[in-house]
Amino acid sequence: MSTTTKARTSSFSRNPLAGPTSQIPGLKPGPNGAVFVSSGIPDLDRILGGGFCLGSLIMVMEDPEAPHHMLLLRNFMAQGLLHNQPLLYGSSSKDPKGFLGTLPNPMSPKDDKPRDRGTEQDKDLRIAWQYKKYSRENQLDSNHEFCSTFDLRKPLERQYFGGKHVDCVSTQDLTLDILLQRCSTFLAQNSRSGSSISCGGRIAIQSFCAPQCGYIDKDWDMLAFIKSLKGLVRASNAVAIITFPHSLLSSSFSKRWQHLADTLLSELAQLLTGYQEMVGFLGIHKVARMNTQVPLVLEATTFSIKLHKRRSLVLECLNQAPIDGASGTSYGTSSSCSTSTKQGSLDF
Amino acid sequence: MERSSNLLDEALGIIYDNSSLSSSSSSLPNGSCVLIEDCVETSASFVIHHILKRSLSPNSSSSVVFLSLSHPFSHYDRILRKLGCNLAAQRDNRRFFFFDMLMLGCTEQSLGNIHSGGLIELYGKIQKAIEDSNSSSGNSKCITIVLDDFSLIEVAAKGSFNHSLDFLRYCYTLTSEFGCSLVILNHEDIYLEEESATPILQMEYLANILIKAEPLSTGLAADVHGQLTVLNKGTYDKTRNSMNKGLGLEERAWSHGQLMRNVVPSRLGVPSMLRV
Repeated sequence: MSTTTKARTSSFSRNPLAGPTSQIPGLKPGPNGAVFVSSGIPDLDRILGGGFCLGSLIMVMEDPEAPHHMLLLRNFMAQGLLHNQPLLYGSSSKDPKGFLGTLPNPMSPKDDKPRDRGTEQDKDLRIAWQYKKYSRENQLDSNHEFCSTFDLRKPLERQYFGGKHVDCVSTQDLTLDILLQRCSTFLAQNSRSGSSISCGGRIAIQSFCAPQCGYIDKDWDMLAFIKSLKGLVRASNAVAIITFPHSLLSSSFSKRWQHLADTLLSELAQLLTGYQEMVGFLGIHKVARMNTQVPLVLEATTFSIKLHKRRSLVLECLNQAPIDGASGTSYGTSSSCSTSTKQGSLDF
Repeated sequence: MERSSNLLDEALGIIYDNSSLSSSSSSLPNGSCVLIEDCVETSASFVIHHILKRSLSPNSSSSVVFLSLSHPFSHYDRILRKLGCNLAAQRDNRRFFFFDMLMLGCTEQSLGNIHSGGLIELYGKIQKAIEDSNSSSGNSKCITIVLDDFSLIEVAAKGSFNHSLDFLRYCYTLTSEFGCSLVILNHEDIYLEEESATPILQMEYLANILIKAEPLSTGLAADVHGQLTVLNKGTYDKTRNSMNKGLGLEERAWSHGQLMRNVVPSRLGVPSMLRV
């Protein structure tokens, strides 16, 4: 008895989570005992310091003029299915199952060439020397790497849907209590039992306070729902992401929602034209700090969302206004003009 | 080696001397009420961690009653370990009482409790913890009650300001009844609209020391994370036998020393301009 208490109260205890999680695909141990799951966007993982923290609640503030939260959700959900993680998807639409058909497929290794040329050539050399080994490695990688790059133009292959706990609910015909019950039974299936982590579950709820759900006069009930969901997720082995149209809430309730989030993202429609690849902006307001009080210092709070070659999502820092090389205007005028408009719209 | 007392201690009225082994109290002054306000961009939870660390330091005899609505025990335990304080051991010593209220107001409750969201029951638990702690060690002990955070109590009470404010006032009576000190974390930006400002105004009225955390108005900086505004309403401090600062406003910038994993508040470069 005395030895067990001693082991528990000692400051130098081995982290029981560090060992086993490194072998489970889709989970990555982070600092301070945190475990990360991937957001499905490599750049976002990097910005957030590893990915979404297991046990955290991510909230995305929707822009009524832009559907970028759908891109985030698609990648998030597809990544989960790729890693064989259970998924619960709640949506305000009548047919939430239909959304699963729009999930992107991971890029096949053939066309998933890295953006820089140098590594590409290195790999080619390796192929020439050890062709067999390389091809086998690649097959493993596409299923087991922590974060895949997704091709938004190709739908997710059928094989990834098979035999897993994929649950879809329409929030239109559910009351908040029942929705919470669905979430809690879903989470109970993969609860955090001691030190063994099986795989991270994912909950995605889209457009939570949209008018068609009929929650609009239940401000406090919605808050209580989010608070309970946060508590449930924290105690279990899962990640929840909620997107909400914050313009529908009063400003004080919107702030309450934002305070409840562990990680808070926002999206912004693109106000500029002439940037071919850029589709909008992503703001990062809060990053989950589990078990630590040291805040993560971001290089920037606003990133541009780009569609690289019209297929994969890329986030880029906006240090300078991007200059559109294709447009015929001279260098000087275009840059100065775009800088001023950008600062006006983004409120740096 | 850590500095004996930093600016945050000074602002809170904590006298902390690491070097001397005298029985100087390193907890908050008895009967004080501290309100900490933060906003979405800048969290002020580090002030709570600092108060916890000081109150549970080895050369003080005070204990802490901690109501957590936002994080589980393991979160605080890890943070305080980095600051050199073992919460699990203090809990076993009955110096640290932790109420995990993550699911407050969510679980099924008895009929009488539905409207108040279980707050009456919760207050009963706090009172009992304080009475137990007082009876076991005489009345010399100073108890700090920490509420993290108040906006979630409002959520648990399903938006009934009467219930949540009653709960707060009850906790406040404990400061005079048992000489406890009360620390409340709340979010300022929730109450910016005029019609919803009542709770925060009442709290600001009750508090002796008001601490506001804001992001730097100049934007992101690599090593400064925000600024703290401390308003000390001037309480009579027995240990110093003098008025502990009059009504004054001080602004400080703080930075989290990344290597120390510790919070080191430092004065802004131009104190003469900012001090009133």
